[in-house]
Amino acid sequence: MVPEAKFGSYYGRPVLKPPTWKTPDVPVYMFLGGMAGAAASMGVLAELTGRPALARVGRFAAAGGAAGGTVFLIHDLGRPARFLNMLRTFKPTSPLSVGSWILAGFGTLTGAAAATEVTGWLTGAGRLARYGAAVLGPAMMTYTAVLFADTAVPAWHEAHRQLPFTFAGSALGSGAGVGLIATPPSQAGPARVMAVAGTAMELVAERRMETRLGLAGEPYQRGRAGRLMRAGRALTAAGALAAAVSGRSRAVSVAAGLGLLAGSLVTRWGVFEAGRQSATDPRYTVVPQRERHAAR
Amino acid sequence: MSNHLSGPVEDVTGQSGYPAGHPPRMGFFTDTSVCIGCKACEVACKEWNLVPESGMDLLGSSYDNTGALGADTWRHVAFVEQVRPRESAPVDLGMPAVGRPGGQEAADADRDVTWLMASDVCKHCTHAACLDVCPTGSLFRTEFGTVVVQEDICNGCGYCVPACPYGVIDIRAGDGRAWKCTLCYDRLRGGLEPACAKACPTDSIQFGPWDELRGRAQQRVDHLRASGVPRARLYGADPDDGVGGDGAFFLLLDEPEVYGLPPDPVVTTRDLPAMWRAAGVAAATAAAVMVAAFLGGRR
Repeated sequence: MVPEAKFGSYYGRPVLKPPTWKTPDVPVYMFLGGMAGAAASMGVLAELTGRPALARVGRFAAAGGAAGGTVFLIHDLGRPARFLNMLRTFKPTSPLSVGSWILAGFGTLTGAAAATEVTGWLTGAGRLARYGAAVLGPAMMTYTAVLFADTAVPAWHEAHRQLPFTFAGSALGSGAGVGLIATPPSQAGPARVMAVAGTAMELVAERRMETRLGLAGEPYQRGRAGRLMRAGRALTAAGALAAAVSGRSRAVSVAAGLGLLAGSLVTRWGVFEAGRQSATDPRYTVVPQRERHAAR
Repeated sequence: MSNHLSGPVEDVTGQSGYPAGHPPRMGFFTDTSVCIGCKACEVACKEWNLVPESGMDLLGSSYDNTGALGADTWRHVAFVEQVRPRESAPVDLGMPAVGRPGGQEAADADRDVTWLMASDVCKHCTHAACLDVCPTGSLFRTEFGTVVVQEDICNGCGYCVPACPYGVIDIRAGDGRAWKCTLCYDRLRGGLEPACAKACPTDSIQFGPWDELRGRAQQRVDHLRASGVPRARLYGADPDDGVGGDGAFFLLLDEPEVYGLPPDPVVTTRDLPAMWRAAGVAAATAAAVMVAAFLGGRR
């Protein structure tokens, strides 16, 4: 526990402006994007290793997640009609610009792949689209972590080395969760491995966020954010455990998948809330900066 | 060193792509030691820029019922009331007084109440995080080296809001777009000084070429320190600080956080390469996990 520090402030008011991003829009967008990224890569790997049912689930989950995530992203804008302004330039210094281009490419490819699958037209182009989306999948799973980290929000910025692993692990779990829910257990073996490995990655990264960030790690353990993070961990761990022991049981697989999906969503929500808490309390801004200043 | 993401920059305007012969970088030097808290700057800014009203609340913070900078407040006068142990004996002005017979002993005879007043504004950073993270290009660097939102382009994504290390820019309620001080871009283009500087009766707000203002600020802080104000210090005037120096900087009489300013702000994009590296490693790890799950696992 970090000791309470005395610090100066202007009538206790925040130094930073808390994010104006809305809930559930932004946590859901991040959850769906991560799930879709993992599902796209999972689908193609299933296709290449002779698991047609898992491949099909991956394709549709990727297309659905990308489309749904885009809807939530647009809904979050102050001026939704100007969504296309996201694509009027490409700015490497803006993770949201880079992310918009990744999402635009990924959404187009997964949408095209799903459309060719449903219609049976242009199957060759559909396969190319699937492969392209599978390559973009890992970028979809991680860019939202950079999106959060590239702010002045202490709990997000100071976690910039851990957040990508938290989000990648969470995305692996949620992609696997869809596979576990919608695929016969005979084809879902790799999804079970993904669930366990992703959960391990996520839990290790979250532990580091709590222990290595000093004061900036505190919001992840306190208040609403703390409750959400703990709930997300419990759901994810239970889901991964159920996935590991599900064997040939469809019912246990479905329960595991639901736990993983819920855990992934709740964790994103917790990270979002932790950022909001750390921006709203001037302590998280002033105390570390004062220490840094004094150390020079 | 080009210092695109952090560090000192010789010519921030030129680095943004303006050809040689562009105007000099313009800025504000806000000398809070002569601020009288009249709020003429707040009013002039609202009037000139047609900034909507920002609420009529009693905030319980001395004479400050404005609170903080935001989408609808581009100049904010802070009032800091401090009670300190008395540093020197009070000077008897020989004024007639009322009170109980036999003396003027008040309860706070051994302490002083001091007032600090300061007019805060957008810092127009050398490395402006709001500008860096804006995905649409709505935020841009003007030919004067200032940072301005193009309201016909902003789509209200809100990324600039948590990116600003000073908590300046915000989304305007009911409008959906991000708004902040433009350093009166329209007035500058017309050869005028910004409305707040024009209205300031004590020249607490000084407008001019950045280099000249920094020289003037250094002289002022040296003078104050030599005249017995050891707490005087410049804030945001150092090109080696975390944001490469502020286009709008300050002379303060106490620690920055007392005025609601961050003591050691750093532009978030300084760490952007490290962030993308971490994301790249995480993405590669996730890809490897998936490949291993499919190649190594049983069916």
